[in-house]
Amino acid sequence: MLIMNNLVVFPMIIPLLVGVILAFFPNHIYTQRLLTLLSLIATFVVSILLLNLIQTEGIITLEFGDWQAPFGIVFVADSFATLLVLTTSLLSSIIILFAFQTIGKTRETLYFYAFVNFLIAGVNGSFLTGDLFNLFVTFEVMLLASYALITLNGKKVQLRESIKYVAINVVASSFFLIAIAYLYGTIGTLNMAHASERIAEVGQTPLLTVISLVFLLVFSLKSGLLLYQWLPGSYSVPPAAIAALFGALLTKVGIYALYRVFTLIFYHEPQITHTIIAVMAILTIIGGSIGAIAFRDIKQVITYNVVIAVGFILAALAIFTATSITGGIYYLLHDMIVKALLFLLAGTIIYLTKTSRVDAMSGLIRNYPTLGWFFFITVLSLTGIPPLSGFLGKVLVGQGALETSSYILLLVTFLSSMVVLYSLLRVFMGTFWGETIISEEEQIPLKPLTLLPSAILICLTFILGLAPESIAPFVTDASNVLMNPQIYIDAVLEND
Amino acid sequence: METLIIIVAGILVTVAVYLLLSKNVIRVILGTAVLTHAVHLLIMAMGGFKGDSVPIVSQKETSFVDALPQALILTSIVISFAVTAFFLVLAYQTYKYTKTDDLSEMRGVDHE
Amino acid sequence: MKINDLILRSVTKLIVFIILTLAIYLFFSGHNAPGGGFIGGLVLASAIVLLLLTYDIETFKYSIPFDFKIVAAIGSLIVLLTGMGAVLFGKPFLTQSFATINIPFIGLREISTVTFFELGVALAVVGVVITIILSISEDV
Repeated sequence: MLIMNNLVVFPMIIPLLVGVILAFFPNHIYTQRLLTLLSLIATFVVSILLLNLIQTEGIITLEFGDWQAPFGIVFVADSFATLLVLTTSLLSSIIILFAFQTIGKTRETLYFYAFVNFLIAGVNGSFLTGDLFNLFVTFEVMLLASYALITLNGKKVQLRESIKYVAINVVASSFFLIAIAYLYGTIGTLNMAHASERIAEVGQTPLLTVISLVFLLVFSLKSGLLLYQWLPGSYSVPPAAIAALFGALLTKVGIYALYRVFTLIFYHEPQITHTIIAVMAILTIIGGSIGAIAFRDIKQVITYNVVIAVGFILAALAIFTATSITGGIYYLLHDMIVKALLFLLAGTIIYLTKTSRVDAMSGLIRNYPTLGWFFFITVLSLTGIPPLSGFLGKVLVGQGALETSSYILLLVTFLSSMVVLYSLLRVFMGTFWGETIISEEEQIPLKPLTLLPSAILICLTFILGLAPESIAPFVTDASNVLMNPQIYIDAVLEND
Repeated sequence: METLIIIVAGILVTVAVYLLLSKNVIRVILGTAVLTHAVHLLIMAMGGFKGDSVPIVSQKETSFVDALPQALILTSIVISFAVTAFFLVLAYQTYKYTKTDDLSEMRGVDHE
Repeated sequence: MKINDLILRSVTKLIVFIILTLAIYLFFSGHNAPGGGFIGGLVLASAIVLLLLTYDIETFKYSIPFDFKIVAAIGSLIVLLTGMGAVLFGKPFLTQSFATINIPFIGLREISTVTFFELGVALAVVGVVITIILSISEDV
């Protein structure tokens, strides 16, 4: 009989297996496309199954090789992780549709699809693992795939920015190991649930708080919280499909790790750790806003918008009430969808105009009306205008900020919405309004198929905005587990 | 023994930081490699050197050293091996395109 | 450039077989003693790298005509499939099992699924190491 728990590892194993199989025949592009799409859709179906199982059975865990929880590696699927896995596989299958049109034959034969599969395996593994060292390993799987993707068929600028991206991530990984070493030396376990239990027993001593700050440093580097200086350069050089994967998924893994570590393990000293996160989030939002306003290059503007969103989601963690965490999860899901959408649309604009300078474009709405309207809806959604998906997250985070009287956070997060609106509307007006500069003859035809992925994402942001109750039970359960670590611990260590 | 290992790890970190702060790409890569090794020593020291024998199950010995840090280090060595190899190839490719291995000449210019 | 490497070539012919034997010994001793797929694979790869150093790259590609990327892929595939085998039998992912069987001329030996897992690891290590070395050395 097949046991249900094995489902937990499938979101990581399916892409891994398909990625390895794809390495055998790099030149059969259509088979590669088909298999990649199938693997991502299969992952999506598995995550839906898992999410429904979790609602009836509680958190599902899988102990690798039958080694019991604190000793062996354990994969844990709670609602939070599974929601993110679901969004990841859904988004990646949509982005891969865009890649079919735009990525180009050279990259496709250079194992592009295999690397995408490895990237998704790493991302899903990072969400599902219940062990800190295993988190390091899955992070590295994801990062190695991302190194390969960012450099793939790259020329001068792309390679130059890749060096910085790789260097910063290698150093961050070393710090991750340092944090793991200290934690192991102090409490003698790396299983997250076990670590949480032990810290709850002995209390979060100053030493443990310092270790938690090392973890904060590591995950801030990965997610771009305050230490985002590497991000705009490296996210703006790869082609649109790869940039969309990065912008939608990679920083979110760092955010997930921060949420997990600071709600499950180091939650006893919020006046130290969460205050530091709050300060970092505020500075991130301010820095991101300055960048988003200062640049007149569409790629730079949208990468700085990624930074602002990171600050916003972590402000929700810093507020640390059930309401704000729920809002943070809503906003995280929304942001993954909309950032993918934004990168795809910006990529399409750059593909059509052959430039990323806002000043060099004008009047695109006459040539490509659908694209223009899509971009406008995206801007509204990012700002959090009511019928779209960003609204609910922002309201809940704001409500959480009011509950705890964190007025500075409230002010900064809501002013950031204005900056997002201003920076993107400026791009919208610069590119779509004004005199058209492309005559009908030299207009590059925009195939409907290229816009299909963006259309699906637009539908998703509407669905998430109009019918949030469709995912409400899952999000509530997710934030419930995050706010009550004991549920997670009991599920993993089976001490009921 | 732990003290000695920690001191060695500290020296390695010093070397690594010095290399990381230089402008030459190859030195930076070597710096990251040395830094990882320093961290491996740290993990070893954090595991402690308790126990008398290697962690292989047999009837004769009863006290073993903690095997987990060694498993962690082995995994990490494999990963850092792959990353360093990739990084070196990347540096070589970048050198071919940019004709420089000086990081200060690799700063992004706004519009090129 | 012609260098006088008669000694290197003569020694290599002999040494490579010793290294290969050591690799296989390490691979099989990994069951209950230090050794295993990763170390065995690295030693095996070092034998191939020695061949590569001694002879030029054309001779090497002529005499060992594998695509080492495929070797690495086969290795990873074996690793994943042995892990998935446990799933088919209703056990958690990566669960191992073993049986004692009688091999002709060798006698009773313990055969474990871990051996296949380690075989995959060894192939993956050989494939990756040689691919890296070849890709660096090819265009220098």
